[in-house]
Amino acid sequence: MAEVLVYVDHVDGAVRKPTLELLTLARRVGEPVALAVGNGAADTAAALAEHGAVKVLTHDASEYGEYLVVPKVDALQAAYEAVSPAAVLVPSSAEGKEIAARLALRIGSGVITDAIDLEAGDEGPVATQSVFAASFTTKSRVIKGTPVITVKPNSAAVEAAPAAGAVEALSVSFSEKATGTKITGRTARESTGRPELTEAAIVVSGGRGVNGAENFSVIEALADSLGAAVGASRAAVDAGWYPHTNQVGQTGKSVSPQLYIANGISGAIQHRAGMQTSKTIVAVNKDAEAPIFDLVDYGVVGDLFDVVPQLTEEIKTRKG
Amino acid sequence: MSLRIVVTVKYVPDATGDRHFADDLTVDRDDVDGLLSELDEYAVEQALQIAENADDAEVTVLTIGPEDAKDALRKALSMGADKAIHVEDDDLHGTDAIGTSLVLAKAIEKAGYDVVISGMASTDGTMGVVPALVAERLGVPQVTLLSEVSIEDGTVKGRRDGDAASEQLEASLPAVVSVTDQSGEARYPSFKGIMAAKKKPVESWDLSDLDIEAEEVGLEGAFTKVEAAAERPARTAGTIVKDEGEGGKQLAEFLASQKFI
Repeated sequence: MAEVLVYVDHVDGAVRKPTLELLTLARRVGEPVALAVGNGAADTAAALAEHGAVKVLTHDASEYGEYLVVPKVDALQAAYEAVSPAAVLVPSSAEGKEIAARLALRIGSGVITDAIDLEAGDEGPVATQSVFAASFTTKSRVIKGTPVITVKPNSAAVEAAPAAGAVEALSVSFSEKATGTKITGRTARESTGRPELTEAAIVVSGGRGVNGAENFSVIEALADSLGAAVGASRAAVDAGWYPHTNQVGQTGKSVSPQLYIANGISGAIQHRAGMQTSKTIVAVNKDAEAPIFDLVDYGVVGDLFDVVPQLTEEIKTRKG
Repeated sequence: MSLRIVVTVKYVPDATGDRHFADDLTVDRDDVDGLLSELDEYAVEQALQIAENADDAEVTVLTIGPEDAKDALRKALSMGADKAIHVEDDDLHGTDAIGTSLVLAKAIEKAGYDVVISGMASTDGTMGVVPALVAERLGVPQVTLLSEVSIEDGTVKGRRDGDAASEQLEASLPAVVSVTDQSGEARYPSFKGIMAAKKKPVESWDLSDLDIEAEEVGLEGAFTKVEAAAERPARTAGTIVKDEGEGGKQLAEFLASQKFI
């Protein structure tokens, strides 16, 4: 069976969930060989083996933490040359997409980004994408070179599929351009203890109707009762009520959780572009005419300050 | 010495319109009004601010696209850019991201540049890979997804906000920069700006001006192919209730029925 190269997104050796999902999809098109680089790379092996990696290539060097993107492209290219895979899969983070695109250019291949599904086809992997604010679903293929495809979080279930996961040190020589963009400082985002927005199974969002930064505690309380991430509409972010890192929408993050709960969000096209692929959509809004109600599986027309705390209490009661 | 800034912009179908695919599965541009991609307005804004803070700078806006794409250039010129380059050629129809980066890189080299500034992504394709591809082709540093940017003494500095951390970046010019919608509100063109824009030079280049062969771009040159596009079926109407005091409990009941609780 052909090998498929999977680029691993990890934080100091802890593999992030989208990479484990990627291994599920990778197994549909071949035998996953994982590449992990940077601090803690070798520590990823156990989790990757548990989820189907037949081999784990690792490399650590200070360049990965000191310079932007290009050292990682160099490593992925080295792995590509060592493995000669049938496809290369990368998680669809901002950085993942940049790495994938630069690799594709170097190896004379096409790149597809933000796939939401992947299947084996007669002429190579076929990627499903959701476009135009999720109003269309497309099927695309890379038709020249080795397919390089990035996949969005929540596109597949994480499945255990124990494999050998033999660790091999990869030899990487950095290109002259690898040190072009220096990372001169890094401030880790303060952990809220909540799941990361794009990875979360449930997202609870607030919009203009929340009417103030201090009122976001109502949204956060609901999110915490469900173990959910907190999102915000552009209106709420632009008003300074919630950080931009939590913005859901065309100029923010695109999410497709199992459950999306929109509170006080009218549902402008800008917002819909970022959440319309959510599996189940729920909205609470005072305005019965709000366009968000066209999308919902369940909607409550009412004041979110009445409905949301009652919902939170009820969830806590039911969960005991 | 003058700082040469090239801003890449894209003319995109209005996202509030009813966007479709044409028969050849490229984006249908005839059916929907186009405009300058909102995310590129932020790039124009940062270019103008950098130029205003420099001793001597020139801002050139560059786009690829059919005749209508001139509207995007016109908007950027009316915001305050100095001149524009329009790459137009029938053979460009259906060009993918890899091909787009080739045309942009050749045009940027021909125009001459110290820094290229782009939006973080287009609002139609939304891939967000073109700035990185252009940097790879030009062989210069990529300083991308900046929410803050400044250029001083031949060095570009900026802040990139990622999921896990905020990073401070630094690179020597020449470089390719991309900015997010957090970089700063884009200015509205003034009446004076709109009038002045009419007199600003717009150069038109085709593929032969850039030494690009037709088969390197367009549908023929594309490395990817859309094989099918289906309109998403309309959602079946959901249940909508009015809160009469029990709205939260009713919603909890629904969530429980769907096994979310």
